Amino acid sequence: MKAGHIALAWRGRSHANYLAFLVHRLSGLALALFLPLHFWALGRAIEGEAALDGFLRWADRPLVKFAEAGLVVLLAIHLAGGLRVLAIEFLPWRNWQKTAVAASAGFALAVGVLFLLNAAG
Amino acid sequence: MPADGGTLEVRVWRGGAEGRYVPYAVPRRQSQTVLDAVSYIQRHLDASLSYRFACRVGMCGSCAMTVNGKPRWTCRTHVAKVARGGALTVGPLRNLPVIKDLACDMAPFFDKWAKAEGRFRPPTEPARDFVPVRPASPARQAADAGIECIGCAVCYAACDVVAANPDYLGPAALNRAWTLVNDVRDAGQRERLAAVAGDAGCHACHSQQGCREYCPKHLNPTAAIAGLKRVTARAALKGEI
Repeated sequence: MKAGHIALAWRGRSHANYLAFLVHRLSGLALALFLPLHFWALGRAIEGEAALDGFLRWADRPLVKFAEAGLVVLLAIHLAGGLRVLAIEFLPWRNWQKTAVAASAGFALAVGVLFLLNAAG
Repeated sequence: MPADGGTLEVRVWRGGAEGRYVPYAVPRRQSQTVLDAVSYIQRHLDASLSYRFACRVGMCGSCAMTVNGKPRWTCRTHVAKVARGGALTVGPLRNLPVIKDLACDMAPFFDKWAKAEGRFRPPTEPARDFVPVRPASPARQAADAGIECIGCAVCYAACDVVAANPDYLGPAALNRAWTLVNDVRDAGQRERLAAVAGDAGCHACHSQQGCREYCPKHLNPTAAIAGLKRVTARAALKGEI
């Protein structure tokens, strides 16, 4: 596909609700990719207290904490996006769909900031 | 209408599924619509250009095309509103087989209206009396919200679920089904709910809302599909479908 065709294809999708769909889907994929790492980390506990504590100490480093905040934002994005879709499907229609998208994004960012403030404090 | 000065570069899709955009220079005019520009090309520059239109006043739904990447009814779309840098790129609608140039085969689109039980089913017994339909009742209001569809397939072309699953009934057919689900006179509700509840039916919708974003009549197929999701889920729980 030529670059011009890709630009045209994107233009037809450049609206808030499509973007929300895309972010919801990509955040889900990213979280699914993270799951094996999560289970591996939990698996440290089976090898004994020291192994888990060692990992948790490593996870307390600032850069890892920062990456963890990204993960928390992903979770919050996926949660808020899921609630938004459930609201569309199970509640009477509301015309403020763009506001719902903005509120979902705001919620996810706020959760991320709170996590970072908590980690710094 | 007199020329307004200047030239518009209109890149038009030529060919079938395989083809290319060919540039044409069209004189810019006051209040010019995209359909005016396409008609100018066909009448003055290249008579072999194929496209479709009929009413030119936004009623018939036959002139929809992809304009600068967005599906639009071209007879009511002003060039001034959509031209980017004095240029337009006009292609056929997405998600439909291209016959030639800007003309698509609409058969798959309308076949899906039939598959979604998009026709009124009268009761087998002749009605003995008028069925009272209060205009203010919630069901009638839900039906009224969707009945002005002109069948232009703009929503169908805007939908990525149709692109991913060619069997998906699509926003227009499901919107039509929703108007009939809310018609108290109709006697084919069970068949209709079964028709729209399958894998290629309302539950395949991802609520991307392209249909609602681009519907030239400002209808809301996303809301209609959400309504079908609720009604079919309820019917399934009750064992009705």
